Amino acid sequence: MTVRIYVPIDSVALSLGADEVAGAIQIEAIQRGIDIQLVRNSSRGMLWLETLVEVETEQGRFAYGPVNPQDVKSLFDADFIRLGEHPLFHGAVDEIPYLKRQQRLTFARAGITDPQSITDYVQYGGYVGLQNALTMDAETIVDCITQSGLRGRGGAAFPTGIKWKTVLDSESEQKYVVCNADEGDSGTFSDRMIMEGDPFMLIEGITIAALAVNATEGYIYVRSEYPHAYASLKQAINTAVDKAYLGENILGSGKTFNLNMRKAAGAYVCGEETAMLESIEGKRGIVRAKPPLPAIQGLFAKPTVINNVISLATVPVIFSQGADFYRDYGMGRSRGTLPVQLAGNIRHGGLVEIAFGITLRELIEDFGGNTESGRALRAVQVGGPLGAYLCDSQLDVRMDCEALQQVGGSLGHGGIVVFDDTVDMAQQAKFSMQFCEIESCGKCTPCRLGATRGVEVMDNIISGHNVQQQTLLLKDLCSTMLDGSLCAMGGMTPFPVLSALKNFPEDFNLKSVPEAG
Amino acid sequence: MLKKDFDNAAILPLITEFEGVPGALLPILHRIQETLGYIPQQAVGCVAEFLNLSRAEVHGVISFYQHFRQHACGKHILEVCKAEACQSRGGRELDAHVREQLKCDFNETTTDGKITLEAVYCLGLCATGPSIAIDGKPYSRVNEQRFKQLLEQMS
Repeated sequence: MTVRIYVPIDSVALSLGADEVAGAIQIEAIQRGIDIQLVRNSSRGMLWLETLVEVETEQGRFAYGPVNPQDVKSLFDADFIRLGEHPLFHGAVDEIPYLKRQQRLTFARAGITDPQSITDYVQYGGYVGLQNALTMDAETIVDCITQSGLRGRGGAAFPTGIKWKTVLDSESEQKYVVCNADEGDSGTFSDRMIMEGDPFMLIEGITIAALAVNATEGYIYVRSEYPHAYASLKQAINTAVDKAYLGENILGSGKTFNLNMRKAAGAYVCGEETAMLESIEGKRGIVRAKPPLPAIQGLFAKPTVINNVISLATVPVIFSQGADFYRDYGMGRSRGTLPVQLAGNIRHGGLVEIAFGITLRELIEDFGGNTESGRALRAVQVGGPLGAYLCDSQLDVRMDCEALQQVGGSLGHGGIVVFDDTVDMAQQAKFSMQFCEIESCGKCTPCRLGATRGVEVMDNIISGHNVQQQTLLLKDLCSTMLDGSLCAMGGMTPFPVLSALKNFPEDFNLKSVPEAG
Repeated sequence: MLKKDFDNAAILPLITEFEGVPGALLPILHRIQETLGYIPQQAVGCVAEFLNLSRAEVHGVISFYQHFRQHACGKHILEVCKAEACQSRGGRELDAHVREQLKCDFNETTTDGKITLEAVYCLGLCATGPSIAIDGKPYSRVNEQRFKQLLEQMS
């Protein structure tokens, strides 16, 4: 009997030798005369267990991990295809508490399917949402997304329904949908996992967005640092066109939607939506002033829906299960689920999709298992390079856009980076300024020059030169950047800097933080 | 480093398929770099003429984006992640170690022309860092020992 074995094709697995593991399994099986079928699936998101090898049995799928190429021989020696005892054995995949406790709506297929198999996708509930949307008129589609309470998952948390309504109501012969896949925040990888692991879901979501606003052309802007995601999406788009899920006359509906891909070129600021539009138009990624809103004058000056990967990838489940189903998850104004990314110095790093409202401490301690180094946790950066550094006493905050704002933080794209007690928070503050210096598009003076001055001030503080006065200068500089920058690059760089100063003054050669006068 | 001369005859076949593509400059620059390894100065005029842009506009775009190289690079591209998630897992130490081992800094090429070292801000491998990429292939949990092995495997 053929035994089916799964080895993930996600970048994390690849970076830990998944191709070599897959190759070793095939060679070993041939040498031992064992009949196997090797499937390259997506990742379950339990990244500390990668490469996670699964064996399919009549009782379901069972996990072994983390498997290195040199472990393969011992797995066969232990007769792992019949679930033999092995130190890397974790039992039934679905029973692993890390997965069992999650509420996976957007990541429902993660780790289960072959990302490039449209048959797998349809078998596991794919394209039901599009079928339903094709029976609705544009207004009804927009109403449904408004009802679901979905807010943008890229960082700004803007209500998706309002955005789509604005584009729908804008008169134009040509409209666009643009998917922002420029996931540049350190500590985030959920977009990458979708593009590599479930590309048809993203394509389906973008297609529904196009139907909602009567757009016939769309673009996905993928960062150049994600070559595997780019290749995966490209292949999936070709398959979707072949199967009439994209292009002219989608599924015989008479509707047309063409989806194009654009590769970014290593500029963090192009994750800002208007800089991204400039980049797609073939220009320098310089931020545009708003208004006009992109929903009214966006790509090539036409009305444009711009959504992040996770926002669009969540659209299919809303249309297959219903807006109420989705809205019933979550808390306050943050409805639905949030794909949290546990990253940095954490024992059980990975993807945790769960309803809004869980505390940061539950995520880090219960899911994450605290630091990987085993040392005390000192700082947590939530929401990417522009997010605040929180300290231990702030970890009881709930994962909710408004709750995080109240403690001076931001949810951003849902990335959580954990640091242990070896971290030097003055160096982290300096890095935030350096990052802004490198990545500023240069349009606004407070961002372009402020970041450079910020690095100099931080150098002075770190070397102990006139620390009290330099700290006042730093705060003054940060308030100028905050108020005087068009976009989040300059406008939010002060968040990690000032939060590091406030929460960890002992690292700044300071006994107390001086008040700005 | 190898100096090559490129003329319009070498560049044009790479870009003609982009005729009529809206906002084609980035795809064109990617194509040139994927084929030649960098974007030679001679390509600027050719691309500008093809897209009916000024040379300044094309140069401005090339110099804006960190991904585009204006000079020939080494045989291999080694990207080291310098972002926060990797920092929390020993990225700063790996960064220093790599520069010391290669005896070159970021945006430089080793004296034997084998490796060009580039900084990258996030490869999306943030739970298993420190992470690097060699010619686009990702590697994570890279400590000094693993880096040594990877270096030895590079021919």
